Amino acid sequence: MSDPVHVKDINEDIAWAKINADVLRSMKNPRLGYWIAIAVSIAALSVGVAGEVYQYNVGMGPAGLNTSHMWDLYISSFVFWIGMSHSGTLLSAILHIVHADWRKPIYRFAEAMTTFSLLTAGLFPILHLGRVWNMHWVVPYFSDRGIWPNFTSPLMWDAFAITTYLISSALFLFVGMIPDLAICRDNAASGWRLRLYTFLALGWRGDDRQWRNFRVTYLVIACFLIPLAVSVHSIVAMDFSMSIMPGWHVTTFPPYFVAGALYSGCAAIISLFLLLRYLMKFEEYMTFPILDKVCKLTFVIAMVWSYLNLIEFASVWYGHDIPAKEVLIAKASGPYSPFFWGMIAFGMVLPFSLLSKKIRRSLLLLFVISLLLNTGMWLERWMIVTPTLSLGFHPFAWNTMWPGWVEWGIELGSFGWFGLLFLIFVKVFPSVSMYEVKEMVYHRKHVVFDDVEAEIAKLYPIVDPKARGAAQTPDLGRP
Amino acid sequence: MSSLFGNFFANWDRYRKSIEDPGYRDYENMWAMAIDLGSCIGCNACSTACYAENNLATVGEDRFLARQSMGWMRVERYWDEPSLGASDPDSQERGGSFLPMMCQQCNAAPCEPVCPVGATYNNEGGLNAQIYNRCIGSRYCANNCPYRVRYFNFYSYDKDAWPAPLNRQLNPDISVRDKGVMEKCTFCIQRIRAAKDDAAREGRALRDGDVTTACQQTCPTQAIVFGDLQDPESRVRKAWDAHQVRLGTTEQKKTNPALRGYRVFEELNTESCVIYLERVRDTDV
Repeated sequence: MSDPVHVKDINEDIAWAKINADVLRSMKNPRLGYWIAIAVSIAALSVGVAGEVYQYNVGMGPAGLNTSHMWDLYISSFVFWIGMSHSGTLLSAILHIVHADWRKPIYRFAEAMTTFSLLTAGLFPILHLGRVWNMHWVVPYFSDRGIWPNFTSPLMWDAFAITTYLISSALFLFVGMIPDLAICRDNAASGWRLRLYTFLALGWRGDDRQWRNFRVTYLVIACFLIPLAVSVHSIVAMDFSMSIMPGWHVTTFPPYFVAGALYSGCAAIISLFLLLRYLMKFEEYMTFPILDKVCKLTFVIAMVWSYLNLIEFASVWYGHDIPAKEVLIAKASGPYSPFFWGMIAFGMVLPFSLLSKKIRRSLLLLFVISLLLNTGMWLERWMIVTPTLSLGFHPFAWNTMWPGWVEWGIELGSFGWFGLLFLIFVKVFPSVSMYEVKEMVYHRKHVVFDDVEAEIAKLYPIVDPKARGAAQTPDLGRP
Repeated sequence: MSSLFGNFFANWDRYRKSIEDPGYRDYENMWAMAIDLGSCIGCNACSTACYAENNLATVGEDRFLARQSMGWMRVERYWDEPSLGASDPDSQERGGSFLPMMCQQCNAAPCEPVCPVGATYNNEGGLNAQIYNRCIGSRYCANNCPYRVRYFNFYSYDKDAWPAPLNRQLNPDISVRDKGVMEKCTFCIQRIRAAKDDAAREGRALRDGDVTTACQQTCPTQAIVFGDLQDPESRVRKAWDAHQVRLGTTEQKKTNPALRGYRVFEELNTESCVIYLERVRDTDV
């Protein structure tokens, strides 16, 4: 292991029973670190819940909002968490379709991250409502009063997009897990785990017909999810770009947001990769070469995002829309400039460090970098929301604001909520896909990669039903 | 299905109707205002009257300084600073300029299409109406308002804004809004409604001057003119005509550049119904 980056993705001689045993072991006997993480998450969540209870009773005042800044951390966090959810789709659906099999040991937790960050993101538009108790009014349910929501509002589109994406990605996560749930079922002795896995495994026996249906279903959901992921974050971008506010009214926002989403998601994957690798002892599956590939992917997406970011500045600058230009100048030189330049430093400059092989091999450094990248992306979202509202068209209303304790508390609570869900997930469900790792090991050992398509065709033959029927019909020798 | 799309396209250009356009007559009235900044002395009486008429909460000093005040009408004060082109060092001596800013009752209002529940809409009087009961407080409308004239109830004020005897002066014709509701200037819609009811009871059409807004009523210099733009004889329509300000355009074509009327942020195509008559100083003449 002198040069860990250039060894194979995974050890080809790893026994299948060992894979099962390792993953199943990770679901049992939480270590001290796990309990500490749970405690920290619950503490953070409690702060958030306390803030929300207070806000529910008192009103939005303590959040620090004012007449110019009607949106702040809630909406920027909403965009941030939606963004986090995109990497799971990227990693599992897109790489699944292009047959990049290095994703196999790490896609499960990325998908779980997608689902849970969506659950977190979905909370924010609800929590930020002035009258939370009426949130169901954005749902187009049939009522005697014949009152419908306003379909021209991007917030309405958000409600549809997030719900669809949440359901689809939860389904994707669940369907991809069925063979593994069957393994869990077969290894569970008794109790709630046996009942849960028996229910969720849907009678999986692993026969050919089940595998064939499974492959088709999984592929269909993957194909469905990719355009959906693009649409979700485009719609979130439209919350801003559909408005007339200078600084928001930018046509490049949708692709810019999608790129930013993939970026922050990839950075989060690196963080969670390293955490799981350490906490769950997944060194044999979450290997250096895979980490290396994720880092390169992150770098590429960071460059796409940086490019789109510069395009946004350029289009505002050369478009010479005076109020929008003033917002841009104020971002770079006004009271929020430290955060703006922090975003540039962490989001656009720091990813260049991923070009260094040494850094890509240094776990601790990489962990810190991935957290900083996400800090940069969090700042990016905040810099979209707040400085624009500080300025706007009407100079009389120009001012600045700083979020109040309730907003910071709920912000902290969202990380606790996400952490708690994720921590529970990794102990209840297999966070490394057992059957796909086995496939990967098999492929690496037996499949000659010169002709991948032929090998795949051999492994998963497309059987023409007519031909199958003809073969089953006995040949009676008639003319 | 065809009717669905038919309605959609039929209503498509409902906005951007000019007075000359026959389709403009879809409105029962077109309530509008003309504010003469030459007369405005910045006394804030209009704002105070608005507080009394519309049950606006007085939020207290701390919340006011946190910019969470509820005044639907604010008198903005501007100084001619030397850095802004006025080289006269005595410009401070000449006093400030005042701009009473309230909801501009846009006909193509940026706040309307973004409300997720349709709590704000253009009503038959050309007003930008707000349904308090329907509002869920997403505050998108306030963010999209270029004039920043939408006010949000950050707290429940019904307990502390009107201590014991003061609650007797609350206007019974209008609700007291609770926390989480967006509110704004309505051109005193309760007075419009009352005047319409009176006219209907007496079996006559609404006359110019039947409706007076609270701010107009209180203005000591009568800087505010309010009325129906569809009535060619109304004072507000005459003021608009005299200054050659038209609805349904993003750029006024005036024959005489000395005419003082303008609308704020006309280039945004919000079709606002409030015109201001520019202040003329004696030194300018």
